[in-house]
Amino acid sequence: MLGRTAVTRGSLSVADEVGLYLELYRRMVLIRQFEDLVNALFLQGQVHGTTHLYSGQEAVAVGVTSVLDPADRVAGTYRGHGHALALGLDPQRLLDELLGRETGICAGRAGSMNVVDLEHGLMGCFGIVGGSIAAATGAGLALRGTGNVAVAFFGDGATNQGYFFECLNFAKVMNLPVVYVCENNGYGEYTPFTAVTAGSIIARPLAMEIPSQTLDGNDLWVVRAAARQAVETARRGDGPSFIEALTYRFVGHSRSDPGKYRPEGELDRWRLKDPLAVGRRRLVEEHRVPESEVESIVEDVRTELDRVRQKGLAAPFPKPDASAREFKDG
Amino acid sequence: MAEIEFRRAIRDALDEELARDESVIFFGEDVAKAGGVFAVTPGLWEKYPDRVLDTPISELALAGAAFGSAVCGKRPVFEIMFGDFLPLTMDSLVNQSAKYWYISNEQASIPLVVRSAIGAGGRFGAIHSQTPISWFLGVPGLKIVCPATPADAKGLLKSAIRDPNPVLFLEHKRLYGLKGEVNGDLTPIGKGAVVREGDDITVVGAMKSVHDALAAAGKLVEHSVEAEVIDLRTLRPMDIDLVLESVAKTSRLVVVEEGPRTGGWAAEVVARVSEAALDQLDDIWRITTADAPIPYSPTLEDAFLPAPDVIVESILAHRRK
Repeated sequence: MLGRTAVTRGSLSVADEVGLYLELYRRMVLIRQFEDLVNALFLQGQVHGTTHLYSGQEAVAVGVTSVLDPADRVAGTYRGHGHALALGLDPQRLLDELLGRETGICAGRAGSMNVVDLEHGLMGCFGIVGGSIAAATGAGLALRGTGNVAVAFFGDGATNQGYFFECLNFAKVMNLPVVYVCENNGYGEYTPFTAVTAGSIIARPLAMEIPSQTLDGNDLWVVRAAARQAVETARRGDGPSFIEALTYRFVGHSRSDPGKYRPEGELDRWRLKDPLAVGRRRLVEEHRVPESEVESIVEDVRTELDRVRQKGLAAPFPKPDASAREFKDG
Repeated sequence: MAEIEFRRAIRDALDEELARDESVIFFGEDVAKAGGVFAVTPGLWEKYPDRVLDTPISELALAGAAFGSAVCGKRPVFEIMFGDFLPLTMDSLVNQSAKYWYISNEQASIPLVVRSAIGAGGRFGAIHSQTPISWFLGVPGLKIVCPATPADAKGLLKSAIRDPNPVLFLEHKRLYGLKGEVNGDLTPIGKGAVVREGDDITVVGAMKSVHDALAAAGKLVEHSVEAEVIDLRTLRPMDIDLVLESVAKTSRLVVVEEGPRTGGWAAEVVARVSEAALDQLDDIWRITTADAPIPYSPTLEDAFLPAPDVIVESILAHRRK
């Protein structure tokens, strides 16, 4: 069972390294298969509204969250199923939320784009582009001096929002413990980011003298190492850092997008750099894990998610008379 | 009991709540070392240097930081210097803070306060004089607090800081120098007050309009009209029961709002009273500003605002109908 029993938080000894990476790989597999399941259930009319799938970007969320502690805080995006699962949210409670069921993590009140799971450090998933940057900056303000950190995940498109410029400057001058993680998947919705972005993304935080790096966001090992460095900087009280993780979504922006704007061959080229393939290769070739063991992870997740699907579809819908109140009693 | 200025009452409320609760933080543009451009917050930074912070001129970041820190257990109070700048904060206030308690299935609420100076009469022109209430009135989950006196400024701000929900706390610029007695009691959010009793007509106001209504009521005595004046004090949630109680006695209601006519809070009061008590009403109407930008020139601005004489004339005209 993934989720609460996870071993990904905190630092582990070298002896546990293989076990750690197997668990992280498992989590990436979970995200991929979960998104496949969501897509299938959407097509069956069981998941409503719209969905934004994280398929292809798994190494970013899993790598970054693997260096966090339980008291750290994370703000995700509307492409947030991966952020939630990486943090350890029970896939059953997440799927139930997407199915609109009473047993969902937010009892069916939130849906795909607005998941909140404070127990696992997820402040929220933000449906307004750049909202996660603001939320994590505020968390950083609250966490000043505690040794804990806040992480914002956001896409390349968010780097053209006012929130990006204002909050990075705010965090730098206030020396806040925030790690800004830009998941550059090449497209803001349907438009290539290069067509709508002046200069490079990384030049922007660098102009504010924020430690920044651009890296291969499809390699879990690379992401984890960079995240550890950035998180340690923040924990020490040395202020914010910026990571631009280059990655790619294997699916359209949302359910209505077939991705026709992609140049021919681009998807195939990125498929060769699939974070799951990269992870499998590293586990087998560098960590000497037998192929069969890696394969059994894939099969275990498949079995687990089949159970999750059945249970989710049988879960009750919330009753319309459930007491929704405008204000919390003071 | 000593009389203090409205601005001093706000400062004292902040001081007392910062002292009372370590989780309270206060930040904004020029609020710390400079003590605020309206001289409302002097001396707080010296007492609480780690929790009273000067920030960049970045309203998006201010509101976002307030929201995010509130999720993480702080009780942030932040200042938006002029209410006219509030549109820059709307994503964090309207989309995030006001909905968080509900959509998180009550995992956490957002106990933030945004203080902002609002209102016309200071020759600040169209974009530093507005009353931004109608922009926020239709947002479930966001309280709107509008004090008219130093006592309520202090009592309501203390209540707002202790409230577990996001609160928009509006300070009318023309009231900052107003003096009044302050006893230090908390004023409950969501409760209006009858500030003058009368049997002939109910006049409802908020902030500066309360004082204009009281001045008008004084003049109406010469015309044998005894007006009952209600200070709503909070516009969301709105104490409509207090208005209904008064209207049951007077059967006439006029609502005075310094703000555009269309979609204003006065329209909301009129709608609710009409729905609940149509059979008790002999007359009901609004006095508001025009649906137009606020002018700069003194002659234009003075004529634009619902001054006491305007209220008197309107009430007498309705009486003659």
